[in-house]
Amino acid sequence: MTGEPAPGGHEVGAARRRKEDARLVTGRTQWTDNIQLPGMLHVAFLRSPMAHARVTRVDVSAALRRPGIVAAFSGADLAAEQGSLPCAWPVNDGMVIPEHPPMAVDMVRYVGEAVACVVSTDRYKAIDALEAIEVDYDPLPAVLDMTEALKEDGPKVHEAGNQAYVWKFAEGDIDAAFREAPVVIERTYVQQRLIPTAMEPRSVVAQTDGESFTLHSATQIPHILRIMLAQVTGIPEHKLRVIAPDVGGGFGSKLQVTAEEVLLLLLTRRLGKPVKWTESRSEGNLTVHHGRDQLQRLSLAADAEGHVKGLRVDLLADMGAYLMLVTPGIPILGAFMYNGIYKMDAYDFTCTGVFTTKMPTDAYRGAGRPEATFAIERLMDELAHELSLDPIEVRRRNWIAHEEFPYTTIANLTYDSGNYEAATDRALSLFGYDKLRAEQSDRRDRGDPVQLGIGVSTFTEMCGLAPSRVLGSLSYGAGGWEHASVRMLPTGKVEVVTGSSPHGQGHETAWSQIVADALGVPFDDISVVHGDTAVSHKGMDTYGSRSLVVGGIAVLQACDKVQEKARHIAAHLLEASPDDIEFTGGSFTVRGTGAGKTIQEIALATFAAHDLPDGVEASLDSDATYDPDNFSFPHGTHLCAIEVDTETGATRIRSYVAVDDVGKVVNPLIVEGQVHGGLAQGIAQALFEEAVYDPEGNLLTTTMADYLVPSAADLPDFVTDRTETAATSNRLGVKGVGEAGTIASTPAVVNAVVDALRPYGVHDVRMPCTPERVWRAIQETTS
Amino acid sequence: MIPASFDYVRPASLAEAVQVLTQGGEEAKVLSGGQSLLPLLRLRLAYPSLLVDVGRLGELHGIRDEGGHLHIGATTTHDEVVRSPLVNAECPLLALATATVADPAVRHRGTLGGSLAHADPAGDLPAVAVALDMEFVIYSTSGERVVAARDFFLDYLETALGPGEILTGIRVPKLGPGWGYHYEKFHRTAQAWATVGVAAAVRVSGANGGTRRIEEARVALTNMGPTPIRATAVESAIQGTDLPDPHGPPGTDPVREAAARADENTSPPSDLHAAPDYRRHLAQVLTHRALLTAATTP
Repeated sequence: MTGEPAPGGHEVGAARRRKEDARLVTGRTQWTDNIQLPGMLHVAFLRSPMAHARVTRVDVSAALRRPGIVAAFSGADLAAEQGSLPCAWPVNDGMVIPEHPPMAVDMVRYVGEAVACVVSTDRYKAIDALEAIEVDYDPLPAVLDMTEALKEDGPKVHEAGNQAYVWKFAEGDIDAAFREAPVVIERTYVQQRLIPTAMEPRSVVAQTDGESFTLHSATQIPHILRIMLAQVTGIPEHKLRVIAPDVGGGFGSKLQVTAEEVLLLLLTRRLGKPVKWTESRSEGNLTVHHGRDQLQRLSLAADAEGHVKGLRVDLLADMGAYLMLVTPGIPILGAFMYNGIYKMDAYDFTCTGVFTTKMPTDAYRGAGRPEATFAIERLMDELAHELSLDPIEVRRRNWIAHEEFPYTTIANLTYDSGNYEAATDRALSLFGYDKLRAEQSDRRDRGDPVQLGIGVSTFTEMCGLAPSRVLGSLSYGAGGWEHASVRMLPTGKVEVVTGSSPHGQGHETAWSQIVADALGVPFDDISVVHGDTAVSHKGMDTYGSRSLVVGGIAVLQACDKVQEKARHIAAHLLEASPDDIEFTGGSFTVRGTGAGKTIQEIALATFAAHDLPDGVEASLDSDATYDPDNFSFPHGTHLCAIEVDTETGATRIRSYVAVDDVGKVVNPLIVEGQVHGGLAQGIAQALFEEAVYDPEGNLLTTTMADYLVPSAADLPDFVTDRTETAATSNRLGVKGVGEAGTIASTPAVVNAVVDALRPYGVHDVRMPCTPERVWRAIQETTS
Repeated sequence: MIPASFDYVRPASLAEAVQVLTQGGEEAKVLSGGQSLLPLLRLRLAYPSLLVDVGRLGELHGIRDEGGHLHIGATTTHDEVVRSPLVNAECPLLALATATVADPAVRHRGTLGGSLAHADPAGDLPAVAVALDMEFVIYSTSGERVVAARDFFLDYLETALGPGEILTGIRVPKLGPGWGYHYEKFHRTAQAWATVGVAAAVRVSGANGGTRRIEEARVALTNMGPTPIRATAVESAIQGTDLPDPHGPPGTDPVREAAARADENTSPPSDLHAAPDYRRHLAQVLTHRALLTAATTP
């Protein structure tokens, strides 16, 4: 058994312990790096130490003479077959999509870009042999600052220039909103560059029998990867099988078609032997796609009572050196979220994508929405301060009231449901808001060197990526449906095949709970299969908090089909009309009689096929594909109390309350875990993490001694609670929870830091709010 | 994150260890708990051709009372130091500072001798050694010698240990009654190196209720230069001063004034976590806190 029995006979809503955890936590499973194949060779990549240079010579011959080295290749060796890494999101027609060779041929554009590789019988020998490869570089100027990059006469990352695209959205009369506004708040915020830190590093194993290819990869997207790799390498899709075995975290960083995945396929094709590559943590910091890195220039217009009238957003978004799978679309996802939960008359959004000589950016937990939420939630606090209003009060004056749902926002999204009042009231009560404000006031009066700050974040976000039609209208390269198959086995057990490939979310448990209720079979009689394109033939994979909201509904629809067919067979066996058959608790009974059959009996009868209705196939299998009509919109109120030691600049989160409304909950333990992890990651952006490049374009944060990922010891005990306002846009009423904590917490924490420093005249501290930055902010305003 | 190839020897005795080490010359390195050396190897910042693993030599392990001082074997782990009743009784400052080293996993593997011989200026224990005038027992084929802590740390990751020499143990003086201790560590995450650390020991006289006077203080700084630095200006400024009455009227605070001299004769590094001027400021603030805490916890 896995966890407690479900209350009231329902599995959905039960706090089941995750059935996949025993093998994940003990490591008794197949991570990609565990895979050992006969004759397998190991690949190591030589990576550019230069941010920007012409590659004038690559000589691998000395490496080939090293012991144990089977092959070595430069980019030129592979140029004819390596293609270009794909970008699936051309946000508009004018967008520049530069060629992106998996291995650099004549130019390098960021430190870490692969320039050569060696293949060896031994991983250690492969890495040793890299030292023997000779590369001549003709250095070019690094391009690091986005504003500088956009100047006409500066150095160019690509021949077409450093501007990838300009994307605009406008609704309402923005000029009028600002012209008449008595209050205008103008701010510039820096969304620092972050490095996704999944517990499992990226790892790839490729093999071939000469005709067909199998690629194992620690990826979030085996299905999308298969299609993309087929296009890049020319291996026909039906000859390419992609397997994501158990995957240890991704946070968006494994939503990618990577150079290494392409190159390992090429290498196994050339050499005829299985090949493996697993990144080191430092290699990962350099070359896993990075997140965030935006400059937000914002202005907000409001009336004297604090009602927001208009919002202008002018973004510079650092693409890095190339456009990867969805690089250009990430800030565009945020475009629809800058208005947050608030009503306003006008909104104007411009995003300029900028090339720099840094690692490309792409999806990282929240993907555009954390940046947007940070901006509006910081601005609401600034507005409150400007008008001497409580930050909760200014939000109340602006948010969409519960009775106004469904509500079409200024960004043209229709929020189906929400109850901001309930979540906020609950959070205030759990937090002890008034008492903490009193303490804050007391500390200010006393001139206590340790000041208290209180930060608010009343956030929403869009999940369930996504309605295919919406994605199409945004020029995204694929749809947003999800697929599921449900198979009843002859013994009454159930196999569920999901297209949403998990990397730690707990799909096996949540899907089992949904199926247990839908088919009336025990939780432990259900297994969930995922991640292998030969077994799970269709899918759109896992990102954007979409699995439950889209994939979960597909599972439910597949169950419907099985149940309907089983009902038909049961009616036949019970000699009744299907209309007279009731299905409860896993049994089909004839209404008004005691006669009935369990679904397990029907499964066996279907297998035997001795007495099936005419024209009915001998299977209880089904497939379903679900495409949502709308996004879902989780929301919540997060409150953070932080102590700031004004002598050292050190911060300590004293209490953190997160009240989330993720709609109906399938498994509260999984929701709790997602919120905790999300909070840790959002707080990490607020206080700890930053990818730093030096003026030459070298990444300085290549180890975890430099890139500070907080651990449990650095975080407070979280107080979490929920309100439950069901989504009306899907049958389960669920909204998604994968990114909510990350999106909500960053502004809550920074608002708290700034709130603590208000008596010193501080209005902003750049993220991460390190002790040194906090101390300097105080020095600058008080000296 | 894979080291270059090297030879590995695990000698059966100290005598054999120094012999092997001497033969290895400049290219040989001593391996103890591996918590400092292995990361350097993995990052290929060090390329020794030979590692001499002394981690399992019984004669280098353990804590014993030698009268005026404790002798702590070089391969005694941090965790053993933290839990040692002898250390907690006779030199609680060492136990206190060691408890702040990295995380439990590192403390179970890492050793006192290894940490001191590695001589990372951001390490916590070198400053404690310098503050308390510990002595370093060093062995080689030419016999044993003893080096004072102030003479042991020469430069960034550089010590008085010569080729063929092994740090076998540390003599930790017992300061006797009347001393208070504190290690004030400032770091950005629980597992991070010290941005700045201050090891302080003070001897306070004066009865309860009367004026309490700092008779003597020892202060050393972590990560304020390429080696641990004894804050002698603070020590002499605070010697003989009366502790401020916490309930008395605000006025000049001699402890704060003394602590303001903490950054004298330092050359703090600049890195991602702190610029030199901020480190100087931190040294002053943390020294003040360390002194006050030390003065109130004998």
